[in-house]
Amino acid sequence: MRGVSLTMLLGLVLVLMSTAGCSDIKPWVKPYERDKLADPVMSLSRHGKADVYMHHVYQARESARGSEGGSGGGCGCN
Amino acid sequence: MALRAVLEVVVAVTEARRIHYGLALLLALLLALAAPLVSAATLPEDNVDMLYHRYDGGGMVIDGPSVLVRKNAGPQVSFTGQYYVDSVSAASVDVLATASPYTEERDEYSLGVDYLHEDAILSLGYTNSSENDYEANTVYFSVSQEFFGGMSTVTMGYANGWDDVGRVGNDNFSEEADRRNYQLGLSQVLTRNSLLGIDLEVVSDEGFLQNPYRQNRYRDPNDSTSFLYQPERYPETRTSTSVATRALYYLPYRASIRGEYRYFTDSWGIDAHTVELAYVHALNNRWTLEGSVRYYTQEAADFYSDLYEFENSQTHLARDKELSTLSGTTLGTGAVYEWKQTSLPGIKRLQFSLLLDWLNFEYDDFRDVTAKGDFLPGEEPLYSFDALVTRASLILEY
Amino acid sequence: MTRLLPLLMVGMAFTGLAMMAQAEAINVPAPDFTLESRSGENLRLEDYRGEVVMLNFWASWCGPCRQEMPLMDELYSQYKDLGFTILAVNVDENRDEALRFLDAVPVDYPILYDPESRVSELYEVQAMPTTVMIDRNGNARFVHYGYQPGYEDDYEQQIRELVRE
Repeated sequence: MRGVSLTMLLGLVLVLMSTAGCSDIKPWVKPYERDKLADPVMSLSRHGKADVYMHHVYQARESARGSEGGSGGGCGCN
Repeated sequence: MALRAVLEVVVAVTEARRIHYGLALLLALLLALAAPLVSAATLPEDNVDMLYHRYDGGGMVIDGPSVLVRKNAGPQVSFTGQYYVDSVSAASVDVLATASPYTEERDEYSLGVDYLHEDAILSLGYTNSSENDYEANTVYFSVSQEFFGGMSTVTMGYANGWDDVGRVGNDNFSEEADRRNYQLGLSQVLTRNSLLGIDLEVVSDEGFLQNPYRQNRYRDPNDSTSFLYQPERYPETRTSTSVATRALYYLPYRASIRGEYRYFTDSWGIDAHTVELAYVHALNNRWTLEGSVRYYTQEAADFYSDLYEFENSQTHLARDKELSTLSGTTLGTGAVYEWKQTSLPGIKRLQFSLLLDWLNFEYDDFRDVTAKGDFLPGEEPLYSFDALVTRASLILEY
Repeated sequence: MTRLLPLLMVGMAFTGLAMMAQAEAINVPAPDFTLESRSGENLRLEDYRGEVVMLNFWASWCGPCRQEMPLMDELYSQYKDLGFTILAVNVDENRDEALRFLDAVPVDYPILYDPESRVSELYEVQAMPTTVMIDRNGNARFVHYGYQPGYEDDYEQQIRELVRE
């Protein structure tokens, strides 16, 4: 199970790398075009620890766990 | 140099726990392939994140504070420390069925460090959580790398936990559980108005995975109108996989909608789906309102039963309602006050949030043995409950 | 341990190679442009020929910009009498956001508005903030992507170098 998943991960990362590094596709959303992406209403983790707390609430009462997306953000907005 | 030091620590720590070879390979690949790009990731601002949380429902009241402090040390390093408390007052249906209401406290301490190198952030952390009958330790490591002009961010994480399980009133009872999490996330800017996230997480557990206090029931062979209790018996391993995707879209006015879907499956036969929709609306420069709906549904574990036909009828036995077939609905609402560039001395940004969530859980094959009335075993009403979760959060950037 | 280390070292080596600094030395003519400034008048880059120009691209939502702007303001007051100026191009779509930001982070140097990103495109801005040092002859000589504490020392050193030419 674990082996399969890691192979999947590896494949996914390699695909990402190849599309990012070795193709002619240029980033189409420029760094100066991220007003809206940088707006707090577009944040996946705006409430900090209050968001993390909800994951605990659900994990204690549901069997599902993981992929809560706690890392958040990632709009490259600096 | 500092990066090398961090990695060597990581290698030492993870090797000690026999981390999977593939993860190290991925790390190296990620660092090697994604670095040569221009733009710059940033560390989070110094801040204090204070939270009061309260859960009230199903006979349980759990509340307490949480305080996190983040402080940069130079341009590349940021430290965090967190203290978190759960004060529990428990009289849930499980407790009432086979034990007496109790109160307890769980304290959690976390320390973390983030290291910024070019467009990558490496994070290392340790958490200790303790209760009178349970002690949990976790170390985690993650690396987050921006590339493709900052439009893509890949995050990979690994966590390892060791739990010591005790039992109040029985000093000879001591069990252990070991847990590993493997995480991979991609955050992708799609357009100037939209963002997509994809996450994958594999968790594997080994050891004593059940709650030592819970019991399951079987029909009394001598009296068809009653039942008897026996201890739970779970498998000693569990592996689960979850995949989630979430999308955020900025509306033509200052508001956003978010949609999420998660699929979960594990080696105990549990399949689950989670769907969530959320809306955030800016009233003006400082105030925003939010609302969300979440629906969760799961299939029971293969070995779960509300009522076994006879004693020790199968290898694994569980009547833990979290392993039953259930569905949950949440309605969430919140108000946020955010003040950027404050005129308060020493505070750059202030954010106060008040968030309320109403949760409802309905069980399809977990019956309420505490229900009043005369019921034959297996004919009690199905259990359900609701709960209110309150969160008050204050974040100060300094 | 023995099989992991080489792998990580390879990774490290590549990372090291890729350490293409966030500052680059170049020597190309700086494309000319005209933009509306905070005072209402249009400012043209050509008109600053003979002066050293620090061309800075910033946004109200950019955290590092907030950090560097007060430091840039110090550089401005220190070197403006030596044939130096800063032209700070704001890329916000909504000018009110920029004005609110400037209320909280006051600076004396000229602010230009580029809500349609014409000049940002012209300069192929690759990070927020981006800073281009332009010499007295109108040539772009140094480019900085992003900002991290300590960059202000590089700025100052380059300003001194270019002012002396």
